[in-house]
Amino acid sequence: MKILVCITNVPDTTAKITFTDNDSKLNKNGIQHIIGPYDDYALARGVELKEQFGGTVTVLHVGEADADPQIRKALAIGADDAIRVNYNPLDSYDTAIQIARIAEQNTYDLILMGRESIDYNSGVVHGLVGEMLGIPSYSPVMKLDIDGDTVKIAREIDGGKEHLTASLPLVLGCQEPISEWKIPNMRGIMTAKSKPLVVVEPVTIDEMTIPEKYSLPAPKGACKMIPASEAETLIKLLQTEAKVL
Amino acid sequence: MSVLVFVEIDNGSIKKTSFEAIAYGAEVAKLTGETATVLVLGKADLTELAKAGHYGATKVLHASDEKLTQENGMAYADSLVQAAQQEGSKVIIISKSGLGDAMAARAAAKLKAGIVSGVTSLPDLSESFKVTRSIFSGKAFATTEIKSDLKILVIRKNIIEVDESSITSTEAQIEPFTPVLRDSDFKSAIDKIEKASSEISLTEADIIVSGGRGMKGPENWQPLLDLASALGAATGCSKPVSDLDWRPHHEHIGQTGIKVAPNLYIACGISGAIQHLAGVNGSKCIVVINKDPEAPFFKAADYGIVGDVFEILPKLTQAVKNLR
Repeated sequence: MKILVCITNVPDTTAKITFTDNDSKLNKNGIQHIIGPYDDYALARGVELKEQFGGTVTVLHVGEADADPQIRKALAIGADDAIRVNYNPLDSYDTAIQIARIAEQNTYDLILMGRESIDYNSGVVHGLVGEMLGIPSYSPVMKLDIDGDTVKIAREIDGGKEHLTASLPLVLGCQEPISEWKIPNMRGIMTAKSKPLVVVEPVTIDEMTIPEKYSLPAPKGACKMIPASEAETLIKLLQTEAKVL
Repeated sequence: MSVLVFVEIDNGSIKKTSFEAIAYGAEVAKLTGETATVLVLGKADLTELAKAGHYGATKVLHASDEKLTQENGMAYADSLVQAAQQEGSKVIIISKSGLGDAMAARAAAKLKAGIVSGVTSLPDLSESFKVTRSIFSGKAFATTEIKSDLKILVIRKNIIEVDESSITSTEAQIEPFTPVLRDSDFKSAIDKIEKASSEISLTEADIIVSGGRGMKGPENWQPLLDLASALGAATGCSKPVSDLDWRPHHEHIGQTGIKVAPNLYIACGISGAIQHLAGVNGSKCIVVINKDPEAPFFKAADYGIVGDVFEILPKLTQAVKNLR
Protein backbone atom coordinates (compact mmCIF):
# COMPACT_ATOMS: atom_id res chain seq x y z
CA MET A 1 0.00 0.00 0.00
CA LYS A 2 1.32 3.43 -0.98
CA ILE A 3 0.35 6.08 1.52
CA LEU A 4 0.94 9.82 1.22
CA VAL A 5 0.78 11.81 4.46
CA CYS A 6 0.60 15.59 4.06
CA ILE A 7 1.94 17.57 7.01
CA THR A 8 1.88 21.24 7.93
CA ASN A 9 4.58 23.18 9.75
CA VAL A 10 2.74 25.38 12.22
CA PRO A 11 3.46 27.51 15.30
CA ASP A 12 3.26 25.56 18.55
CA THR A 13 -0.27 25.59 19.99
CA THR A 14 0.92 27.77 22.90
CA ALA A 15 2.71 30.33 20.68
CA LYS A 16 1.89 34.00 21.14
CA ILE A 17 0.89 35.30 17.72
CA THR A 18 2.10 38.73 16.56
CA PHE A 19 2.73 40.29 13.16
CA THR A 20 5.48 42.37 11.56
CA ASP A 21 6.02 44.47 8.42
CA ASN A 22 2.98 46.63 8.99
CA ASP A 23 0.91 43.59 10.01
CA SER A 24 1.51 41.84 6.71
CA LYS A 25 3.63 38.91 7.97
CA LEU A 26 3.66 36.51 10.91
CA ASN A 27 6.41 37.40 13.39
CA LYS A 28 8.35 34.12 13.58
CA ASN A 29 10.75 35.39 16.25
CA GLY A 30 10.69 33.13 19.29
CA ILE A 31 8.06 30.82 17.80
CA GLN A 32 8.70 27.11 17.84
CA HIS A 33 7.19 25.25 14.91
CA ILE A 34 5.67 21.78 15.10
CA ILE A 35 3.97 19.24 12.83
CA GLY A 36 0.27 20.18 12.82
CA PRO A 37 -1.40 18.25 15.68
CA TYR A 38 -4.08 16.79 13.40
CA ASP A 39 -1.40 15.81 10.86
CA ASP A 40 0.38 13.95 13.67
CA TYR A 41 -2.69 11.72 13.99
CA ALA A 42 -2.70 11.12 10.20
CA LEU A 43 1.00 10.26 10.26
CA ALA A 44 0.65 7.87 13.20
CA ARG A 45 -2.21 5.98 11.51
CA GLY A 46 -0.34 5.92 8.19
CA VAL A 47 2.70 4.33 9.84
CA GLU A 48 0.50 1.75 11.59
CA LEU A 49 -1.17 0.78 8.30
CA LYS A 50 2.24 0.37 6.66
CA GLU A 51 3.34 -1.87 9.53
CA GLN A 52 0.14 -3.90 9.13
CA PHE A 53 0.04 -4.25 5.34
CA GLY A 54 3.52 -3.36 4.09
CA GLY A 55 4.16 -0.70 1.49
CA THR A 56 5.46 2.82 1.96
CA VAL A 57 4.60 6.07 3.68
CA THR A 58 5.73 9.23 1.92
CA VAL A 59 5.57 12.53 3.77
CA LEU A 60 4.68 15.62 1.76
CA HIS A 61 5.02 19.22 2.84
CA VAL A 62 4.30 22.32 0.80
CA GLY A 63 6.57 24.97 2.27
CA GLU A 64 10.04 26.33 2.69
CA ALA A 65 13.22 24.82 4.12
CA ASP A 66 12.47 25.88 7.71
CA ALA A 67 10.07 22.89 7.79
CA ASP A 68 12.87 20.35 7.23
CA PRO A 69 13.29 19.54 10.96
CA GLN A 70 9.58 18.66 11.14
CA ILE A 71 9.88 16.55 7.98
CA ARG A 72 12.87 14.71 9.51
CA LYS A 73 10.78 14.12 12.63
CA ALA A 74 8.07 12.54 10.48
CA LEU A 75 10.70 10.31 8.90
CA ALA A 76 11.93 9.38 12.39
CA ILE A 77 8.39 8.43 13.37
CA GLY A 78 8.29 5.91 10.53
CA ALA A 79 7.77 7.49 7.11
CA ASP A 80 10.03 6.08 4.41
CA ASP A 81 10.76 9.16 2.35
CA ALA A 82 9.69 12.75 1.98
CA ILE A 83 8.89 15.34 -0.64
CA ARG A 84 8.94 19.07 -0.01
CA VAL A 85 7.41 21.42 -2.56
CA ASN A 86 9.71 24.39 -2.13
CA TYR A 87 7.14 27.12 -1.96
CA ASN A 88 5.15 29.21 0.47
CA PRO A 89 1.59 28.62 -0.79
CA LEU A 90 -0.86 31.50 -1.16
CA ASP A 91 -3.87 29.69 0.23
CA SER A 92 -5.62 26.32 0.62
CA TYR A 93 -6.38 26.12 -3.10
CA ASP A 94 -2.73 26.66 -3.96
CA THR A 95 -1.63 24.06 -1.38
CA ALA A 96 -4.12 21.56 -2.79
CA ILE A 97 -2.89 22.05 -6.35
CA GLN A 98 0.69 21.33 -5.27
CA ILE A 99 -0.42 18.19 -3.37
CA ALA A 100 -2.61 16.98 -6.26
CA ARG A 101 0.29 17.37 -8.70
CA ILE A 102 2.56 15.18 -6.56
CA ALA A 103 -0.26 12.64 -6.11
CA GLU A 104 -0.88 12.47 -9.86
CA GLN A 105 2.78 11.77 -10.51
CA ASN A 106 3.01 8.92 -8.00
CA THR A 107 -0.44 7.27 -7.63
CA TYR A 108 -1.10 6.68 -3.94
CA ASP A 109 -3.72 4.33 -2.49
CA LEU A 110 -4.40 6.57 0.45
CA ILE A 111 -3.77 10.28 1.06
CA LEU A 112 -3.95 11.24 4.72
CA MET A 113 -3.74 14.67 6.33
CA GLY A 114 -5.06 16.45 9.39
CA ARG A 115 -8.64 17.71 9.38
CA GLU A 116 -7.23 21.26 9.30
CA SER A 117 -4.01 23.13 9.89
CA ILE A 118 -3.89 25.02 13.17
CA ASP A 119 -2.54 28.20 11.58
CA TYR A 120 -5.09 29.00 8.90
CA ASN A 121 -7.79 26.55 10.12
CA SER A 122 -9.46 26.29 6.73
CA GLY A 123 -10.23 22.57 6.82
CA VAL A 124 -10.73 22.43 3.05
CA VAL A 125 -7.48 21.05 1.59
CA HIS A 126 -8.61 17.38 1.71
CA GLY A 127 -11.80 18.21 -0.18
CA LEU A 128 -9.95 20.28 -2.76
CA VAL A 129 -7.36 17.53 -3.30
CA GLY A 130 -10.08 14.85 -3.53
CA GLU A 131 -11.95 16.79 -6.19
CA MET A 132 -8.78 17.66 -8.12
CA LEU A 133 -7.89 13.95 -8.21
CA GLY A 134 -11.46 12.81 -8.82
CA ILE A 135 -11.54 10.54 -5.75
CA PRO A 136 -13.70 10.56 -2.60
CA SER A 137 -12.67 12.59 0.44
CA TYR A 138 -13.92 12.30 4.01
CA SER A 139 -13.28 14.35 7.13
CA PRO A 140 -12.98 14.43 10.08
CA VAL A 141 -12.05 10.76 10.28
CA MET A 142 -11.79 9.27 13.78
CA LYS A 143 -11.39 5.60 12.84
CA LEU A 144 -9.81 3.96 9.81
CA ASP A 145 -9.53 0.22 9.23
CA ILE A 146 -8.64 -1.57 6.01
CA ASP A 147 -9.47 -5.16 5.12
CA GLY A 148 -8.51 -6.09 1.56
CA ASP A 149 -10.35 -3.69 -0.72
CA THR A 150 -12.75 -2.60 1.99
CA VAL A 151 -12.12 0.56 4.00
CA LYS A 152 -14.11 1.11 7.17
CA ILE A 153 -14.28 4.73 8.29
CA ALA A 154 -15.93 6.43 11.24
CA ARG A 155 -16.18 10.17 10.93
CA GLU A 156 -17.59 12.85 13.18
CA ILE A 157 -20.84 14.44 12.09
CA ASP A 158 -22.90 17.07 13.84
CA GLY A 159 -23.73 15.56 17.25
CA GLY A 160 -22.51 12.08 16.52
CA LYS A 161 -20.61 9.65 14.35
CA GLU A 162 -21.11 8.15 10.89
CA HIS A 163 -19.74 4.72 9.94
CA LEU A 164 -18.93 4.24 6.26
CA THR A 165 -17.65 1.51 3.99
CA ALA A 166 -15.57 2.80 1.10
CA SER A 167 -12.83 1.64 -1.23
CA LEU A 168 -9.41 2.97 -2.14
CA PRO A 169 -8.15 5.41 -3.29
CA LEU A 170 -9.30 7.98 -0.76
CA VAL A 171 -8.30 11.34 0.70
CA LEU A 172 -8.95 11.58 4.43
CA GLY A 173 -8.76 14.44 6.91
CA CYS A 174 -7.89 12.91 10.28
CA GLN A 175 -8.41 13.73 13.94
CA GLU A 176 -8.19 11.89 17.25
CA PRO A 177 -8.77 9.16 18.25
CA ILE A 178 -7.71 7.64 14.90
CA SER A 179 -4.38 6.76 16.52
CA GLU A 180 -2.05 7.77 19.33
CA TRP A 181 0.64 10.33 18.49
CA LYS A 182 4.01 8.63 18.03
CA ILE A 183 7.26 9.87 19.55
CA PRO A 184 10.40 9.13 17.55
CA ASN A 185 12.87 6.78 19.23
CA MET A 186 16.66 7.05 18.94
CA ARG A 187 16.87 4.46 16.17
CA GLY A 188 14.21 6.32 14.22
CA ILE A 189 16.04 9.61 14.66
CA MET A 190 19.29 8.09 13.41
CA THR A 191 17.74 6.36 10.39
CA ALA A 192 15.74 9.47 9.47
CA LYS A 193 19.00 11.25 8.66
CA SER A 194 19.64 8.94 5.71
CA LYS A 195 16.08 8.74 4.38
CA PRO A 196 15.48 10.63 1.13
CA LEU A 197 13.97 14.13 1.28
CA VAL A 198 13.36 15.31 -2.27
CA VAL A 199 12.81 19.01 -2.86
CA VAL A 200 10.73 19.87 -5.91
CA GLU A 201 9.70 23.21 -7.38
CA PRO A 202 6.01 24.25 -7.41
CA VAL A 203 3.59 24.55 -10.28
CA THR A 204 2.50 28.13 -10.79
CA ILE A 205 -1.18 29.00 -10.48
CA ASP A 206 -3.44 32.02 -10.80
CA GLU A 207 -3.89 33.88 -7.54
CA MET A 208 -7.28 33.09 -6.03
CA THR A 209 -7.05 34.79 -2.65
CA ILE A 210 -4.46 37.10 -1.13
CA PRO A 211 -4.15 37.68 2.61
CA GLU A 212 -3.49 41.40 2.82
CA LYS A 213 -3.36 42.28 6.46
CA TYR A 214 -3.40 40.53 9.79
CA SER A 215 -4.87 41.76 13.05
CA LEU A 216 -5.34 40.66 16.64
CA PRO A 217 -8.65 40.48 18.54
CA ALA A 218 -9.57 43.46 20.68
CA PRO A 219 -8.23 43.06 24.23
CA LYS A 220 -10.68 41.35 26.55
CA GLY A 221 -12.24 43.50 29.28
CA ALA A 222 -11.70 42.57 32.92
CA CYS A 223 -13.56 39.55 34.23
CA LYS A 224 -16.38 40.52 36.60
CA MET A 225 -15.89 38.44 39.73
CA ILE A 226 -18.92 37.32 41.71
CA PRO A 227 -18.49 36.08 45.28
CA ALA A 228 -19.29 32.38 45.63
CA SER A 229 -21.71 33.23 48.44
CA GLU A 230 -23.75 35.29 45.95
CA ALA A 231 -23.47 32.88 43.02
CA GLU A 232 -27.19 33.25 42.22
CA THR A 233 -26.64 36.85 41.13
CA LEU A 234 -24.72 35.52 38.12
CA ILE A 235 -27.95 34.36 36.50
CA LYS A 236 -29.51 37.81 36.90
CA LEU A 237 -26.42 39.45 35.38
CA LEU A 238 -26.45 37.05 32.45
CA GLN A 239 -30.06 38.01 31.84
CA THR A 240 -30.01 41.76 32.41
CA GLU A 241 -26.42 42.83 31.74
CA ALA A 242 -24.91 40.33 29.28
CA LYS A 243 -28.35 39.60 27.76
CA VAL A 244 -27.48 36.01 26.93
CA LEU A 245 -30.37 34.35 28.80
CA MET B 1 -27.57 36.63 -11.01
CA SER B 2 -27.77 35.76 -7.35
CA VAL B 3 -25.97 35.09 -4.14
CA LEU B 4 -26.40 31.38 -3.44
CA VAL B 5 -26.71 30.21 0.17
CA PHE B 6 -26.50 26.51 1.04
CA VAL B 7 -28.54 25.68 4.11
CA GLU B 8 -28.41 22.57 6.24
CA ILE B 9 -31.64 21.03 7.44
CA ASP B 10 -32.47 19.00 10.52
CA ASN B 11 -35.67 16.89 10.55
CA GLY B 12 -36.90 18.78 7.51
CA SER B 13 -36.43 22.27 8.97
CA ILE B 14 -33.70 24.83 8.39
CA LYS B 15 -30.95 24.72 11.04
CA LYS B 16 -30.44 27.80 13.20
CA THR B 17 -26.91 28.39 11.91
CA SER B 18 -28.29 28.27 8.40
CA PHE B 19 -30.77 31.08 9.17
CA GLU B 20 -27.69 33.14 10.02
CA ALA B 21 -26.18 32.15 6.68
CA ILE B 22 -29.37 33.27 4.90
CA ALA B 23 -29.32 36.63 6.73
CA TYR B 24 -25.63 37.00 5.84
CA GLY B 25 -26.37 36.08 2.21
CA ALA B 26 -29.21 38.63 2.08
CA GLU B 27 -26.79 41.33 3.31
CA VAL B 28 -24.21 40.33 0.68
CA ALA B 29 -26.94 40.43 -1.96
CA LYS B 30 -27.82 43.98 -0.88
CA LEU B 31 -24.17 44.98 -1.24
CA THR B 32 -23.87 43.46 -4.69
CA GLY B 33 -27.31 44.56 -5.89
CA GLU B 34 -28.51 41.02 -6.44
CA THR B 35 -30.89 38.61 -4.74
CA ALA B 36 -30.27 35.76 -2.32
CA THR B 37 -31.28 32.25 -3.37
CA VAL B 38 -31.18 29.32 -0.98
CA LEU B 39 -30.31 25.74 -1.87
CA VAL B 40 -31.81 22.90 0.19
CA LEU B 41 -30.93 19.27 -0.43
CA GLY B 42 -32.96 16.31 0.77
CA LYS B 43 -36.43 15.80 2.13
CA ALA B 44 -37.79 18.90 3.86
CA ASP B 45 -40.99 20.53 5.04
CA LEU B 46 -41.87 23.12 2.38
CA THR B 47 -43.63 25.36 4.90
CA GLU B 48 -40.42 25.46 6.92
CA LEU B 49 -38.30 26.15 3.82
CA ALA B 50 -40.48 29.14 2.92
CA LYS B 51 -39.23 30.73 6.16
CA ALA B 52 -35.97 31.44 4.36
CA GLY B 53 -37.88 34.47 3.08
CA HIS B 54 -38.23 35.83 6.63
CA TYR B 55 -34.46 36.33 6.64
CA GLY B 56 -34.20 37.92 3.20
CA ALA B 57 -33.99 35.09 0.67
CA THR B 58 -36.26 35.47 -2.36
CA LYS B 59 -36.09 31.92 -3.66
CA VAL B 60 -35.43 28.39 -2.41
CA LEU B 61 -34.15 25.73 -4.77
CA HIS B 62 -35.23 22.42 -3.29
CA ALA B 63 -33.78 19.11 -4.48
CA SER B 64 -35.92 16.48 -2.79
CA ASP B 65 -34.12 13.42 -4.20
CA GLU B 66 -34.13 10.67 -1.58
CA LYS B 67 -30.43 10.06 -2.29
CA LEU B 68 -29.63 13.52 -0.89
CA THR B 69 -31.30 12.89 2.46
CA GLN B 70 -28.03 11.73 4.00
CA GLU B 71 -24.97 14.00 4.11
CA ASN B 72 -22.72 13.37 1.14
CA GLY B 73 -20.05 16.02 0.58
CA MET B 74 -19.42 14.92 -3.00
CA ALA B 75 -23.03 14.75 -4.21
CA TYR B 76 -23.80 17.93 -2.28
CA ALA B 77 -20.89 19.71 -3.99
CA ASP B 78 -22.12 18.52 -7.41
CA SER B 79 -25.60 19.83 -6.62
CA LEU B 80 -24.24 23.15 -5.36
CA VAL B 81 -22.18 23.65 -8.50
CA GLN B 82 -25.17 22.93 -10.74
CA ALA B 83 -27.36 25.33 -8.73
CA ALA B 84 -24.69 28.07 -8.93
CA GLN B 85 -24.39 27.57 -12.68
CA GLN B 86 -28.16 27.63 -13.16
CA GLU B 87 -28.52 30.82 -11.13
CA GLY B 88 -25.38 32.53 -12.47
CA SER B 89 -24.21 32.98 -8.87
CA LYS B 90 -20.99 34.87 -8.24
CA VAL B 91 -20.94 34.41 -4.48
CA ILE B 92 -21.68 31.15 -2.64
CA ILE B 93 -22.19 31.16 1.12
CA ILE B 94 -22.00 28.10 3.38
CA SER B 95 -21.96 27.80 7.19
CA LYS B 96 -18.74 26.36 8.61
CA SER B 97 -19.20 22.73 9.64
CA GLY B 98 -17.71 19.39 8.66
CA LEU B 99 -20.24 19.15 5.83
CA GLY B 100 -19.87 22.83 4.90
CA ASP B 101 -16.09 22.61 4.57
CA ALA B 102 -16.25 19.36 2.60
CA MET B 103 -18.75 20.50 -0.01
CA ALA B 104 -17.35 24.03 -0.27
CA ALA B 105 -13.90 22.62 -0.98
CA ARG B 106 -15.06 20.23 -3.68
CA ALA B 107 -17.27 22.91 -5.24
CA ALA B 108 -14.34 25.36 -5.25
CA ALA B 109 -12.17 22.86 -7.12
CA LYS B 110 -14.94 22.19 -9.65
CA LEU B 111 -15.69 25.87 -10.23
CA LYS B 112 -12.08 27.09 -9.89
CA ALA B 113 -13.37 29.52 -7.30
CA GLY B 114 -11.44 31.31 -4.57
CA ILE B 115 -12.51 29.88 -1.22
CA VAL B 116 -12.16 31.52 2.19
CA SER B 117 -13.15 29.46 5.22
CA GLY B 118 -13.76 30.86 8.70
CA VAL B 119 -15.15 34.21 7.48
CA THR B 120 -16.05 36.60 10.31
CA SER B 121 -17.25 39.71 8.47
CA LEU B 122 -19.45 40.93 5.67
CA PRO B 123 -17.42 41.59 2.53
CA ASP B 124 -15.85 45.00 2.01
CA LEU B 125 -16.50 45.92 -1.62
CA SER B 126 -15.07 49.44 -1.50
CA GLU B 127 -11.94 48.63 -3.52
CA SER B 128 -12.15 44.93 -4.27
CA PHE B 129 -13.87 41.93 -2.63
CA LYS B 130 -12.33 41.51 0.82
CA VAL B 131 -13.40 39.51 3.85
CA THR B 132 -11.91 38.98 7.28
CA ARG B 133 -11.43 35.49 8.59
CA SER B 134 -10.38 33.89 11.84
CA ILE B 135 -6.92 32.28 11.88
CA PHE B 136 -4.60 30.71 14.47
CA SER B 137 -7.61 29.19 16.23
CA GLY B 138 -9.13 32.57 16.95
CA LYS B 139 -5.89 34.20 18.09
CA ALA B 140 -5.80 36.47 15.01
CA PHE B 141 -7.65 37.59 11.90
CA ALA B 142 -6.62 37.89 8.26
CA THR B 143 -8.20 40.34 5.85
CA THR B 144 -8.21 38.53 2.53
CA GLU B 145 -8.91 39.71 -0.99
CA ILE B 146 -10.69 37.18 -3.21
CA LYS B 147 -9.59 37.71 -6.80
CA SER B 148 -11.46 34.95 -8.61
CA ASP B 149 -14.65 35.75 -10.49
CA LEU B 150 -16.66 33.30 -8.41
CA LYS B 151 -16.21 33.42 -4.64
CA ILE B 152 -17.01 30.85 -1.96
CA LEU B 153 -17.33 32.05 1.64
CA VAL B 154 -17.53 29.55 4.50
CA ILE B 155 -18.80 31.62 7.41
CA ARG B 156 -18.43 31.11 11.15
CA LYS B 157 -21.37 31.03 13.53
CA ASN B 158 -22.46 34.19 15.37
CA ILE B 159 -20.79 36.65 13.02
CA ILE B 160 -23.94 38.43 12.04
CA GLU B 161 -26.54 39.75 14.44
CA VAL B 162 -29.89 38.61 13.12
CA ASP B 163 -31.99 41.63 13.99
CA GLU B 164 -35.30 40.16 15.21
CA SER B 165 -37.14 43.35 14.21
CA SER B 166 -36.00 42.95 10.61
CA ILE B 167 -37.47 39.46 10.32
CA THR B 168 -40.45 39.71 7.98
CA SER B 169 -43.38 37.46 7.21
CA THR B 170 -42.34 37.33 3.55
CA GLU B 171 -42.10 33.80 2.31
CA ALA B 172 -39.54 32.62 -0.19
CA GLN B 173 -40.69 31.17 -3.48
CA ILE B 174 -39.88 27.45 -3.59
CA GLU B 175 -38.73 25.92 -6.87
CA PRO B 176 -38.01 22.23 -7.39
CA PHE B 177 -34.42 21.60 -8.40
CA THR B 178 -33.18 18.38 -10.00
CA PRO B 179 -29.41 18.11 -10.03
CA VAL B 180 -27.77 15.41 -12.12
CA LEU B 181 -26.32 13.00 -9.56
CA ARG B 182 -23.31 10.84 -10.38
CA ASP B 183 -23.27 7.20 -9.34
CA SER B 184 -19.60 7.62 -8.46
CA ASP B 185 -20.58 9.95 -5.59
CA PHE B 186 -22.57 7.16 -3.96
CA LYS B 187 -19.99 4.37 -4.01
CA SER B 188 -19.38 4.59 -0.28
CA ALA B 189 -22.11 3.08 1.84
CA ILE B 190 -23.25 4.55 5.15
CA ASP B 191 -23.41 1.57 7.51
CA LYS B 192 -24.60 3.27 10.66
CA ILE B 193 -25.15 6.69 12.16
CA GLU B 194 -24.72 7.06 15.91
CA LYS B 195 -26.57 10.21 16.71
CA ALA B 196 -28.00 11.08 20.10
CA SER B 197 -31.28 12.64 19.00
CA SER B 198 -32.08 13.95 22.46
CA GLU B 199 -28.85 15.89 22.80
CA ILE B 200 -28.49 19.50 21.74
CA SER B 201 -25.78 19.79 19.12
CA LEU B 202 -22.69 21.62 20.39
CA THR B 203 -22.19 23.45 17.11
CA GLU B 204 -25.79 24.69 17.09
CA ALA B 205 -26.14 25.37 20.83
CA ASP B 206 -26.79 28.87 22.15
CA ILE B 207 -25.66 27.86 25.63
CA ILE B 208 -23.02 25.30 26.59
CA VAL B 209 -22.17 24.07 30.08
CA SER B 210 -18.80 22.38 30.08
CA GLY B 211 -16.78 20.48 32.67
CA GLY B 212 -13.12 19.78 33.29
CA ARG B 213 -11.00 17.75 35.65
CA GLY B 214 -12.31 19.89 38.50
CA MET B 215 -15.49 17.81 38.30
CA LYS B 216 -13.32 15.05 39.85
CA GLY B 217 -14.94 12.08 38.10
CA PRO B 218 -17.73 10.97 35.76
CA GLU B 219 -19.94 10.11 38.72
CA ASN B 220 -20.02 13.78 39.71
CA TRP B 221 -21.48 15.14 36.46
CA GLN B 222 -25.11 15.35 37.60
CA PRO B 223 -24.98 18.94 39.00
CA LEU B 224 -23.55 20.09 35.67
CA LEU B 225 -26.21 18.18 33.72
CA ASP B 226 -28.90 19.69 35.96
CA LEU B 227 -27.74 23.22 35.17
CA ALA B 228 -27.54 22.40 31.45
CA SER B 229 -31.04 20.96 31.56
CA ALA B 230 -32.43 24.03 33.34
CA LEU B 231 -30.78 26.32 30.78
CA GLY B 232 -31.67 24.17 27.75
CA ALA B 233 -27.94 23.96 27.13
CA ALA B 234 -25.64 21.48 25.44
CA THR B 235 -22.90 19.87 27.51
CA GLY B 236 -19.20 19.81 26.68
CA CYS B 237 -15.91 18.91 28.30
CA SER B 238 -12.18 19.54 28.19
CA LYS B 239 -9.72 17.19 26.47
CA PRO B 240 -8.41 15.48 29.65
CA VAL B 241 -11.98 14.59 30.55
CA SER B 242 -12.68 12.89 27.21
CA ASP B 243 -9.21 11.27 27.28
CA LEU B 244 -10.12 9.77 30.67
CA ASP B 245 -13.45 8.56 29.22
CA TRP B 246 -15.38 10.52 31.80
CA ARG B 247 -17.41 11.96 28.93
CA PRO B 248 -17.81 10.89 25.26
CA HIS B 249 -15.30 12.18 22.72
CA HIS B 250 -17.95 14.09 20.78
CA GLU B 251 -18.27 16.44 23.80
CA HIS B 252 -14.56 17.39 23.67
CA ILE B 253 -14.27 21.13 23.03
CA GLY B 254 -10.91 22.62 22.08
CA GLN B 255 -8.25 22.99 19.48
CA THR B 256 -8.26 19.30 18.60
CA GLY B 257 -11.91 18.81 19.43
CA ILE B 258 -15.03 20.74 18.51
CA LYS B 259 -14.84 24.51 18.13
CA VAL B 260 -17.92 26.22 19.45
CA ALA B 261 -19.38 29.71 19.33
CA PRO B 262 -22.40 29.87 21.66
CA ASN B 263 -23.91 33.00 23.16
CA LEU B 264 -23.01 31.70 26.61
CA TYR B 265 -20.23 29.27 27.59
CA ILE B 266 -20.09 28.17 31.24
CA ALA B 267 -16.82 26.42 32.14
CA CYS B 268 -16.93 24.37 35.35
CA GLY B 269 -13.64 23.19 36.84
CA ILE B 270 -11.69 23.89 33.65
CA SER B 271 -8.40 25.71 34.18
CA GLY B 272 -8.30 27.13 30.65
CA ALA B 273 -5.34 25.64 28.79
CA ILE B 274 -4.65 27.57 25.60
CA GLN B 275 -5.81 24.57 23.54
CA HIS B 276 -9.21 24.68 25.26
CA LEU B 277 -9.49 28.44 24.81
CA ALA B 278 -8.87 27.97 21.08
CA GLY B 279 -12.11 26.01 20.94
CA VAL B 280 -14.27 28.52 22.80
CA ASN B 281 -12.97 31.96 21.90
CA GLY B 282 -15.83 32.49 19.46
CA SER B 283 -18.27 32.53 22.43
CA LYS B 284 -20.10 35.80 23.09
CA CYS B 285 -20.01 35.49 26.88
CA ILE B 286 -17.80 33.22 28.97
CA VAL B 287 -18.44 32.29 32.61
CA VAL B 288 -15.72 30.50 34.57
CA ILE B 289 -16.28 28.66 37.84
CA ASN B 290 -13.09 27.37 39.42
CA LYS B 291 -11.74 27.01 42.94
CA ASP B 292 -8.28 28.20 41.82
CA PRO B 293 -8.28 32.01 41.61
CA GLU B 294 -5.13 31.79 39.45
CA ALA B 295 -6.80 29.62 36.77
CA PRO B 296 -5.83 31.19 33.42
CA PHE B 297 -9.40 30.86 32.16
CA PHE B 298 -10.44 33.84 34.31
CA LYS B 299 -8.37 36.08 32.00
CA ALA B 300 -10.58 35.07 29.06
CA ALA B 301 -13.84 35.19 31.02
CA ASP B 302 -16.56 37.83 31.22
CA TYR B 303 -17.84 36.59 34.59
CA GLY B 304 -16.03 34.49 37.16
CA ILE B 305 -16.77 32.76 40.43
CA VAL B 306 -13.97 31.41 42.61
CA GLY B 307 -15.35 28.48 44.55
CA ASP B 308 -16.38 24.85 44.72
CA VAL B 309 -18.35 23.84 41.61
CA PHE B 310 -20.34 21.30 43.62
CA GLU B 311 -21.68 24.06 45.87
CA ILE B 312 -22.13 26.65 43.13
CA LEU B 313 -23.81 24.59 40.39
CA PRO B 314 -26.96 23.70 42.42
CA LYS B 315 -27.33 27.38 43.39
CA LEU B 316 -27.18 28.41 39.73
CA THR B 317 -29.64 25.69 38.72
CA GLN B 318 -32.09 26.86 41.36
CA ALA B 319 -31.65 30.49 40.25
CA VAL B 320 -32.43 29.53 36.65
CA LYS B 321 -35.53 27.60 37.77
CA ASN B 322 -36.67 30.62 39.80
CA LEU B 323 -36.30 32.75 36.71
CA ARG B 324 -38.52 30.61 34.51
